[in-house]
Amino acid sequence: MTAPTLTRPAPPAGDAGPRRRRREPSHRPYYLVLVVLALFAIGPLVTLVFNALKDNASIGTSPLTPPTELSLDNFAQAWTQGDFATTMRNSAILCLGTVAGVCVIAGLAAYALSHLEVPASGAVIGWLFLGSALPVQLFLVPLFFMWTNLGLTDSLFGLMIIYWATDSPFATLLLRSFLIKVPKDYQEAARLDGASELRIIMRVMLPLAWPGFLTVGLIAGLWAWNEFFWAITFVHDPALRPISTSFLAFQDQFSTDLALTSAAAIFMLGPVVILFLVLQRRFVAGLTSGGVK
Amino acid sequence: MALHAQAPPSTGRPLRAEQQRANRRAARRRKARALLFLAPLLGLNLLVVVGPSVATVWYSFTDWSGLGPATFVGLDNYTRAFGDPLVRAALMHNLIWFVLFLSVPMGLGLLGAFLLSQITRFQMLFRALFFIPYVVASVVNASVWKSLLSPTNGIGHALGELGVPWIGDVAFLGDTSTSLISVNFVVDWHFWGFVAVIFLAAMQGVDPELYDAAKVDGANRWQQFTAVTLPGIRPTVVFLVLMTVIWSLKAFDYIYVMTQGGPAGSSEVVSTYMYKVAFSQYEAGYAASLGLSMAFVTALVLAVYQLVRKRGWEA
Repeated sequence: MTAPTLTRPAPPAGDAGPRRRRREPSHRPYYLVLVVLALFAIGPLVTLVFNALKDNASIGTSPLTPPTELSLDNFAQAWTQGDFATTMRNSAILCLGTVAGVCVIAGLAAYALSHLEVPASGAVIGWLFLGSALPVQLFLVPLFFMWTNLGLTDSLFGLMIIYWATDSPFATLLLRSFLIKVPKDYQEAARLDGASELRIIMRVMLPLAWPGFLTVGLIAGLWAWNEFFWAITFVHDPALRPISTSFLAFQDQFSTDLALTSAAAIFMLGPVVILFLVLQRRFVAGLTSGGVK
Repeated sequence: MALHAQAPPSTGRPLRAEQQRANRRAARRRKARALLFLAPLLGLNLLVVVGPSVATVWYSFTDWSGLGPATFVGLDNYTRAFGDPLVRAALMHNLIWFVLFLSVPMGLGLLGAFLLSQITRFQMLFRALFFIPYVVASVVNASVWKSLLSPTNGIGHALGELGVPWIGDVAFLGDTSTSLISVNFVVDWHFWGFVAVIFLAAMQGVDPELYDAAKVDGANRWQQFTAVTLPGIRPTVVFLVLMTVIWSLKAFDYIYVMTQGGPAGSSEVVSTYMYKVAFSQYEAGYAASLGLSMAFVTALVLAVYQLVRKRGWEA
C-alpha cells in the first residue's frame, strides 16, 4: 500500500502574471475565510496561553479574554507542583533514545531495502505498510503480559523498545524513499575502494540522505514526546512517567485550577510548537508521508 | 569484498561449473548480509508486534484473565461479542464517529486546501497555523477543549452570558446526547488542518493546463473545482476515505482522556471498551477476540484499497 506521494509545494504556476494581478481584489473573500479558519485552528490554543498568564479570579470573570497584566507565577507553581523537572527529564530520555534507536534500526533496514539484495523485499515492504496500519489492540494484551514478565513495565527502556518497534516501519519506508535516490555507483565505487557496508552507510549514505534522517528523527521525537497510549498502559510509577501521562494526572488533580493546568500545558506544547515553526517544511513532509499511522 | 561489484550471474555467458558455484555462494552471502541489516527491524517487529499478535489469536479462543493460565473455550468469545449489547453500542458509536470524521475534516480540509491553492501571499503562514493543532499532544488538546466545552467557564457559557439561548447550560461532555459528537468535534478540529495540507499537495500536482482549458470553456471557479480539481485529486480522496475507516475504528486517545467512554457509555467505542475489558474487567481472552476482530476489519479495508488501486478506478 502506498500513500499518495507528496511533492514539495511548487510555486503555483502563472500566479505572478499580469492577467492574475488584475483579478487580485477578488482574492479578498478567500483571505477572509482563511483568517476565520486560522482563528478556528489556533484560537483555542491562544486562550490556553491567555489562561496560563492569568490568575483564577480573572479567568472566572472573563475566561476567554487576554490577560490584563502579565504574571509568570503559574509557571513557577506548576513546575514544582507537577514535578516537571522529573517528567521532562523522563521525556527527554525517551525522545533521545527513541530518535537514536529509530534512526539506527530504520537506517540499517532502509539501506538494505534500497541498496542490498533482500530476498522477498516486496513482501517485507508490504508487511511494513500493513504492520503500521494495524490497530495496536491486536497485540496490546499479550505484549503487556510479556512485558510484565520481563520486568519491562514501569521502565523507560521498556517503553522505548515499544516505540522503536512501532515507529521503525514508517521510518524505514520514509528513509528508503530518500536512500533509493542515492545512485548505486557511489556505493559500488566505495566498495571497490574496500569500504565496509557500515562505512558506506556512515560516509556515503548519511551525508547524502541526512534530510531523510532529520525528518525521521523529528517525527520519532514528536511521537515520543506526545505519546500517551503506551505510556499510560505500561508506566504507572509517578517517578518514571513521561510528560504526557504526568500532565494528565496533574490536570486531574488540579482540575479546578485552570490557570495552573494551562501553565502546565504550555510546558508540553511550547517546545513542540517552537520546533515546528522553525522546521515547518520538514515536519509537514514527514507527517503527511506517515499518514498511514 | 570485491565480489560485490560483480554483475549478477545471469549474464547469459557460459560459465564454468566452479565459477557458477562461486557466484551462487557470493549471492547467498549478499542475501545473508542484507538480512543482517534488516535483522534489528524484523527482530523487534517479531518481539513486539508479530509474536503478541499470534498470541492474541490463541488467547481469543480462551478464557484467559491476563495473568494466570488460559483454558480453550472454542468460539465462546466470538459468540459472546456478537450478542454483547455493549459491543453493538460501541460499534454504533464507531459508525457515527466515522460519518462525522469523514465529513467534517474532509469538508474543512477541501475548503482550506482550495483556498490555499488560490493564494500566493501568506500561503505558508496559513498552512502552518492550520497544521499546528495536529502536532500538539492529544492530552493538551483534550485539556484545552475540556475547559472550552465546560458549562461553567467555556465558550457555551460565554455565549449564554451574551444572551444566546440554550447553549449557556449545555454540559457538552457530561450529557449522554452530546458527549460523543463533542469529543469527535475536538478530534476533527485537530485533524482537518492535516487533511488540508494533504489535499493542498495533491491539488498542486494537478496539471495547470487543465484549468486553462476549463477557463477557455467559460467555467467559473466552482465549475473548475468540480470538473478539474476534484477529479485531479481523486486518488488522495479515495486514500483518505479508506484510511478514515481505519482511523475511526482506532479512535481512542481523545475519548479516553475526555470522557473515558461516558457518561453512561454514551461515548464508548470499540477500542475503549476493549481496553476496559482487558485492564479493568480482566477478561483478556474476550479482549483478544475484540482486538483480533478490529485487526480483521482493518486488513479488509486495506485489501479493498489495494484492489481499488490495482483496478485503477481512481486514476
